[in-house]
Amino acid sequence: MLHKEQAGFDELLARGQNNDKRAIGRMISCIETGGTADHHMMQQLWSHTGRARIVGITGSPGTGKSTLADRMVKYWLTKGYRIGVIAVDPSSPFTGGAILGDRVRMNDLALVHEVYIRSMSARGQLGGLSLACSGAVGVLDACGYDIVLIETVGVGQSEVAIMNVADLVLVISVPGLGDDVQAIKAGILEIGDVFGVNKADLPGADRTAKELKAMLDMNPNMGEHQPPVLMVSAERSQGVDELCDAILENYAWMEESGELLKRRNRRLREELLSYMQDRVYRQVLAPVIENDSFDKNIKDFLSHARNPYVWAGEIADRMEEKLK
Amino acid sequence: MAERKIRILIAKPGLDGHDRGAKVIARALRDAGYEVIYTGLRQSPEQIAAAAVSEDVDAVGISVLSGAHGYLFPRIIELLREQGADDILVFGGGIIPDADIPVLKAAGVAELFTPGTPLADIINFLRERYPE
Repeated sequence: MLHKEQAGFDELLARGQNNDKRAIGRMISCIETGGTADHHMMQQLWSHTGRARIVGITGSPGTGKSTLADRMVKYWLTKGYRIGVIAVDPSSPFTGGAILGDRVRMNDLALVHEVYIRSMSARGQLGGLSLACSGAVGVLDACGYDIVLIETVGVGQSEVAIMNVADLVLVISVPGLGDDVQAIKAGILEIGDVFGVNKADLPGADRTAKELKAMLDMNPNMGEHQPPVLMVSAERSQGVDELCDAILENYAWMEESGELLKRRNRRLREELLSYMQDRVYRQVLAPVIENDSFDKNIKDFLSHARNPYVWAGEIADRMEEKLK
Repeated sequence: MAERKIRILIAKPGLDGHDRGAKVIARALRDAGYEVIYTGLRQSPEQIAAAAVSEDVDAVGISVLSGAHGYLFPRIIELLREQGADDILVFGGGIIPDADIPVLKAAGVAELFTPGTPLADIINFLRERYPE
């Protein structure tokens, strides 16, 4: 890294550690952009990271994740923590555009010095979300934020990806979605460390909580440590304190039991793999395939004039040959 | 990792509660491939500037229907400047009398779109500012 860039990074980091949102925003944008500048940023950040508690919030659309995040941040502020929030919303697979609207529920926090909120789109490119998201977490961690909350898009396949970014996952459910419990069986139930039944003021919340507990009891992978299920109403600010305390208690358990280290180990492995895939793609593969002949080839494949799999195999072989 | 997208904050300051226009713009910009950060109704200039800085947006689009544009636009621009973010483009729309437009532009508003403006004009304006 050039001397000047190093000085630039040191200055940005010092400003970020002092809650300068402009500096933090700039660092995260740099990481989102990717490329060389991003690589330098990630290198520089590494030695400053590892302290923040990274908490993911996931659940179906409309379960109140943003509102709950807002209340959780407010509670943790009273405990003297600095909190970073990364709110992820979906982006269009066609235009790449997005409307990121999670801030609507967190407007009170915009002017709080100790809180930084960043909206991110899921973008849907090779490792895109996880990499940009881990990078943003790294920035907030290095800037001294005690807790980083990541709010995911509504339930879908990408939900399980939160495991690759967060230390601890809070799964939010609500009463009245009969099918929700069914949907939740597949993956989400397994990745939850703490469960919240939001909108607990609505009828049926007890039952939802009971059903969740019953299903967790049946899960053979959990061992002795059962994830707690808590009733909460973000809108009425009921049960939020207990939920936040349960999260940090669970976190403490993860630290003591070695679970945290195990997870960070697995996560770093995953992250490095996708980071390297991304770089190899950009540096090696993209220059070869992202040109006019690629589009022409596609036409040939579709008309069955040529075989795409033969072509793809030849490209891969050629790359391997080059590396020897 | 994704390429950098142009990020635009769409904000609705002041007391009027009519956000249809702002939402239509947000949607049109999304369809044009921008990342739109939407902050909802009744935002103070301070909240808007803080959100623009934290989100590191390229531009802020402000919708004002209340007649308070003469205060709101310059105040937001001033706040951005104070935070070293005067490179963030500020544009807007709403019920703004023609006579007020030159005054607001002199205060630093890049462009103003009054009722009846085709959505394509707004997108063209942004495309010119941020060529792909």
